[in-house]
Amino acid sequence: MTVTEVSVNLTINGQAVSVPEGTSIHKACESAGIETPTLCWAENLTPVNVCRVCVVEVEGSRALVPSCARAVEDEMVVQTDSPRVRHSRKMVLEFLGSSVDLSQATELAEWMRHYGADPDRYDQPGLVAERISEEPKIQDDLYIRDYDKCVLCYKCVEACGDDAQHTYAIAVSGRGFDARISTEFDTVLPDSACVYCGNCIGVCPTGAIQFKTEFDMRAAGEWRPDEQDVTTTVCSFCGVGCNLELHTQDDRIVKVTSPADHSVTHGHLCIKGRFGWQYVQPPTRK
Amino acid sequence: MADLFIGDDIADEIETAAVKAAIGVPTAVVRETERLVYGGANRRHDHRHLLLPALHGLQNAKGWISPGGLNHVCELLQVPPAEAYGVATFYEMFRLDEPDHPSEVAHVTHVCVDAACQIAANEELIAELESNGEHVHRSPCLGQCERAPAQFRQGIGRPDSVPADAVEVARQIPQQGDPSLRLLRNVGVVDPTSLDAYRANGGYLALAKAIEMGPAEVCTAVADSGLSGRGGAAFPTGVKWRAVAAERGRPKHVVANCDESEPGTFKDRIVMEQDPFAVIESLTLAGFATGAENGWIYIRGEYPLATARLENAVIQAREAGLLGDDAAGSGHHFDIEIRRGAGAYICGEETALFASLEGFRGEPRSKPPFPTTHGLFREPTAINNPETLINTLGIVLHGAEDYRSRGTERSPGTKLLCVSGRVSEPGLYEVEFGTTLGQVLDLAGPLTGSGTLAAVLMGGAAGSFVGPDALDMPLTLEDTRERGTTLGSGVVMAFTDEIDMTGVLVRIAEFFKNESCGQCVPCRVGTVRQHETMVQIQAKGSLSAQRRSLVDDIAEVMVDASICGLGHTAASAVNSAMDLGLLSKSNGEGPQFRERS
Repeated sequence: MTVTEVSVNLTINGQAVSVPEGTSIHKACESAGIETPTLCWAENLTPVNVCRVCVVEVEGSRALVPSCARAVEDEMVVQTDSPRVRHSRKMVLEFLGSSVDLSQATELAEWMRHYGADPDRYDQPGLVAERISEEPKIQDDLYIRDYDKCVLCYKCVEACGDDAQHTYAIAVSGRGFDARISTEFDTVLPDSACVYCGNCIGVCPTGAIQFKTEFDMRAAGEWRPDEQDVTTTVCSFCGVGCNLELHTQDDRIVKVTSPADHSVTHGHLCIKGRFGWQYVQPPTRK
Repeated sequence: MADLFIGDDIADEIETAAVKAAIGVPTAVVRETERLVYGGANRRHDHRHLLLPALHGLQNAKGWISPGGLNHVCELLQVPPAEAYGVATFYEMFRLDEPDHPSEVAHVTHVCVDAACQIAANEELIAELESNGEHVHRSPCLGQCERAPAQFRQGIGRPDSVPADAVEVARQIPQQGDPSLRLLRNVGVVDPTSLDAYRANGGYLALAKAIEMGPAEVCTAVADSGLSGRGGAAFPTGVKWRAVAAERGRPKHVVANCDESEPGTFKDRIVMEQDPFAVIESLTLAGFATGAENGWIYIRGEYPLATARLENAVIQAREAGLLGDDAAGSGHHFDIEIRRGAGAYICGEETALFASLEGFRGEPRSKPPFPTTHGLFREPTAINNPETLINTLGIVLHGAEDYRSRGTERSPGTKLLCVSGRVSEPGLYEVEFGTTLGQVLDLAGPLTGSGTLAAVLMGGAAGSFVGPDALDMPLTLEDTRERGTTLGSGVVMAFTDEIDMTGVLVRIAEFFKNESCGQCVPCRVGTVRQHETMVQIQAKGSLSAQRRSLVDDIAEVMVDASICGLGHTAASAVNSAMDLGLLSKSNGEGPQFRERS
């Protein structure tokens, strides 16, 4: 069977662009060489369009539209760098920077510089802007959750649920500024539905969920990403053939990821691939 | 779903009985193979929409939702506990910790803290209740602004109640019995609990005529009438109905959006309480016109009397053959299910309402796709509020031309207005579009207190303030828009110059901060920053230059980049008050907080 691909013609920043029907504005921008900041969007997850950092101006639309979730339409006229777009992107970044700890969200730092976001302008004498204030949840030896860094992008919820693992151990609870990612009744992870696949770590853009190894090394001042090597290999536990990326520092594995575009994993692993590497380096084999 | 993880806590007999009473025992079980093949995404088609009623059952039984109770519901409905917890914590009326206050045995008392009640000595009521040993839950607008300060009793082991429901109807509708009324003609005149009384006064003639006319002609009449949605967005009802009517091959729904929660709004409550059969008849008519077999009523949880009246109306209509197979002899199956909200302003937003009804968190969805193609359960849906719905009865019965004989060319018909604040006869008024603001305030009698009129809040917290110079403004969609304000949901709230407007505005800002669902960043953080700004004004009497520069920046991103109308309008009332100088006036200074654009 042959499928005829229907093309859609639109204009982005005055430039004519032609992409297949069903393409998102975000992808169309990419094909035109225009970079778009994203936070809640990921290649391997369904768009939830909640962070609003990827908004663009579409002629005829009153509000800005999320480029990650909106499909292109014929004769659409899109602006990705208009004053309104720049303002909204800057404000979203400022809002996040003024309310959570973005120190480990390295990609965002670049965009914040790009848009001139200044999160500190919300604090002033006699007025300290309210922040999300959470202590790290350390409940096992495999990974930690530090919601002080959480931007509520929903990625971990999606990866735990419908988009990958179908475990549904975590969901968004509460409302508004008090909304948090949580297990039922904030139960500790070992008592929850969590199966320790670590796919939430894999998708977290801010370090709010991270390997315990990384968390401990950072606390000890020993985390040095510049000195880390990444070795791609195939997981040896079963026959599925998942690609692993072993991140090593000083010849020891410090964390494991999988490429989002890998045909087998789409970036997701199970507990064995993600955490089952202690045997390579028992404490006695230094 | 054999692989659904559920913890060790188990429900007690009271809880299991309460859940059974609320939702029965769902029979169909998803087979494991289906689960393996389809994964979680398919769960929404099963029983998940029973989650909210089940949680209501638990909350009512014990005064809270316990881990064991939640587990029991999750097992029955095959909902992951983390998700059910996320849903339960979304709503004001549910609590997830055991009540420990000695007064919270039979009920929890809610007292409204929003504008109309704030300027009607609600703090005195709260102090009085507390001195009587009651634990008071400070609640957002309870939709009883005409009888402020408002109270609501959430029952524990007994039904919810509203103390003021004993008040006679005439106090709520000063125009009661006026023969020129269209929408309120039955109110206070026809027994709201009797189908026979309703029919004896012309009830169900419109549906009979609609069946004679056929769906297409009904849609044409509604379109020709120029009727537009009365919730605030003013979308043409005929266009909506035709779009759903044109959808083929999928189940279709009509939904009555009875989640009226805009501060200052109580019109739909009175319509539902006093003329419930009109809501049922018009929803049935909407189902017939659009070809939808499923009718839903999503009513806010704080409206126990309206809920009881609608439930009674549905039962009587069903017994009379006006619902069910061959509803009213139309040859068309149509029935109605009633669902209660649980305290969340955002669920009045149509897509949030769908999510809530489906058993998910009441978070709005991106539009497009629109409800006419992807509504409830992602199926074609026409959603209207009661005021919009009951308008269609007269349109069908008397024709579009007759309907247009009132009102203006661009705003035909009549409008329900919720008049409250410092007026001597607050209540629900029906006026022709084009009546001026001053005329409406005259209807509601002289101002109370010793002050003079300082401002009128139009359209509720999501609307805007106008000054006394707007009294000549004709109340139409076009005139209000031209003057930079809105009719919104029909709120007209009068403020005099003896009122501390800064306090009112701080509370409006707090309202949006509390009611933001938290999904998108502009609204989740923007409403918090806006509230901080208002608190600073209140504390210091003015804004620091630095913070002043932020006011417009915050408003602009909320308007431009929020997902839904809550964020889009969250800065509207606050900024209009600044434009009018209402805040500077109240602290004795004269500076403008914001340049007029």
